[in-house]
Amino acid sequence: MKTKRWLIIRRGKAERVSLLFEKRSFWMITIFSVLLMVTFLLTAGAGEVYVNPIEVGKVIFGLDANAFSKLVVESFRLPRMIVAVLVGMLLAISGSILQGIVRNPLASPDLLGITGGASVAVVMFLGMFSDPKTNALIVSIHWLPLIAICGALIAALILYSLAWKNGLSPVRLVLMGIGVWALTKALTTLFMVKSVIYRASQANVWITGSVYGANWDHVSILVPIALLLILCTFFSVRQLNVQAFGEEIAVGLGGQVSKQRLWLLTLSTLTAGVAVAYGGGISFVGLMAPHIARRLVGSNYGALLPISALIGGFLVLLADTIGRTLFLPLEVPAGVFISILGAPYFIYLLIRERG
Amino acid sequence: MIALETSQLKLAYGERVIIDGLDVEIPKGKITVLIGCNGCGKSTLLRSMARLLKPKTGTILLEGQMISKMSTKEIAKQLAILPQGPVAPEGLTVLQLVKQGRFPYQSMLRQWSTEDEELVNKALEATGLDELRDQDVDSLSGGQRQRAWIAMTLAQNPDILLLDEPTTYLDLTHQVDILDLLFTLNRQENRTILMVLHDLNLACRYADHLIAVKSGEIYAQGSPEDIMKPSLVQDVFQMDCEIISDPIFGTPLLIPHGKGRNIVRKEG
Repeated sequence: MKTKRWLIIRRGKAERVSLLFEKRSFWMITIFSVLLMVTFLLTAGAGEVYVNPIEVGKVIFGLDANAFSKLVVESFRLPRMIVAVLVGMLLAISGSILQGIVRNPLASPDLLGITGGASVAVVMFLGMFSDPKTNALIVSIHWLPLIAICGALIAALILYSLAWKNGLSPVRLVLMGIGVWALTKALTTLFMVKSVIYRASQANVWITGSVYGANWDHVSILVPIALLLILCTFFSVRQLNVQAFGEEIAVGLGGQVSKQRLWLLTLSTLTAGVAVAYGGGISFVGLMAPHIARRLVGSNYGALLPISALIGGFLVLLADTIGRTLFLPLEVPAGVFISILGAPYFIYLLIRERG
Repeated sequence: MIALETSQLKLAYGERVIIDGLDVEIPKGKITVLIGCNGCGKSTLLRSMARLLKPKTGTILLEGQMISKMSTKEIAKQLAILPQGPVAPEGLTVLQLVKQGRFPYQSMLRQWSTEDEELVNKALEATGLDELRDQDVDSLSGGQRQRAWIAMTLAQNPDILLLDEPTTYLDLTHQVDILDLLFTLNRQENRTILMVLHDLNLACRYADHLIAVKSGEIYAQGSPEDIMKPSLVQDVFQMDCEIISDPIFGTPLLIPHGKGRNIVRKEG
């Protein structure tokens, strides 16, 4: 093997550990990580109060910084930005997994109705638990993430049980997914119409997708969950690679198809659910990020997953920054900008598929 | 010696029974070809032997062991299947495709042993794809692509290779090319080959053992020289034909009746 292209690691007795890496993927991952970090530093300074990157760096690394910029960056911007990056990463991972199983670049958690399930649950929650006279919620808003995850899980469960017929068939999954998506859309509208106007507009912002109001509490819960899910996904790379070949080849190679699909779909649902819980119904990230990544590094999940996660994080971070700076003092939900980018991209994909 | 054996096999898609109570043996170290018209059950039989379709009743033995009792990874080390018209994920290189053949031998931490590397290299060389290893599978010609898939099954290092119509969609040159490759694998490395073929003349040329399937049952089996008779073609394919000896190989050669230009008898 040409070692210029590959890095081979072989260690231990009888080669107990042996791994193969493509050097190019390594470089791509490094480049994208640096890109994300630079964007992070730059965008942390942007906003109503401008803070220069050096000052931002000081705040992040706990060095002696101006007290006011420390307050702005540390209390208001950092948690929100961390949440944005993680939400983007989780959505991208969720989409990557789905596209592999369904073997269709048009599959993503929002188009299959999984994100929609979370939206329904949230709108229901906001409608049912607010006082009609004062418009205030009668229970803690902290239940919202959990409610969203439950909604996503229920939608996924409905989807998988409808699509299940002697195992999970990808074609049925997509068709039923579109059905579930339409259903969640209808239910969301229904509950919005039924609920109080103020709550409805709040729900609307949430459905479009926004990380507005994220604080360190959110970060401290989201970070460990996200890390765990990301870790689980990276341990499933081999399974994902085999599943991407379709059922027959996967079985022929010795893969346990039904078991693996169920596990991977659960993983995809959970990542989407958690992302929606903290970022709302941001569409198209789960579609675009994996697709761009595939263009850059090919279909091998070892490289595809990290690159698509980095792109996903980058997209949401950028969209949120634009959303909170472009129309100051107004805030525009991040989901709006993603959709402006994502909808044409989706149409482009559709046209390319037909060609 | 028997490589694969079924007994009282019943296969169905949902309620539709395709094969009922079939006993068949696939000889070890030989090239066996299944022939029969569309929908007769030959592909279904092949798929069931590769555990892609679970039998309703009956058993399938792989080297004397029941495949329903074996782990799917164990089977993958002994038997490889190339289904009809496989599609690789977008942007996959030849090497990445062939590498997947090592899946049943690998684990989380053991992904590229010296053995893996050797067998992948061997598979690439045997299929003449060594130079193309870093190319995208999508960019290959039909014949090369089929070779790449065969290379993947070879990387599995199986004793038995099952192939469902491996020459479909290929022009004649590449059909012969693929069958020559399989013939070499059988003769030099003693791998058992079982495949479905549509071209009866090529089937007669390459098969040691021919199995003619009709309506889910075995109509006849044996060497092509013994069983390929006009009556078989009539019964299995509802076609009139003459059978002569291939002028180069001496194997049976079919000449279908029917219409067409005739320049032996003077026209008019």
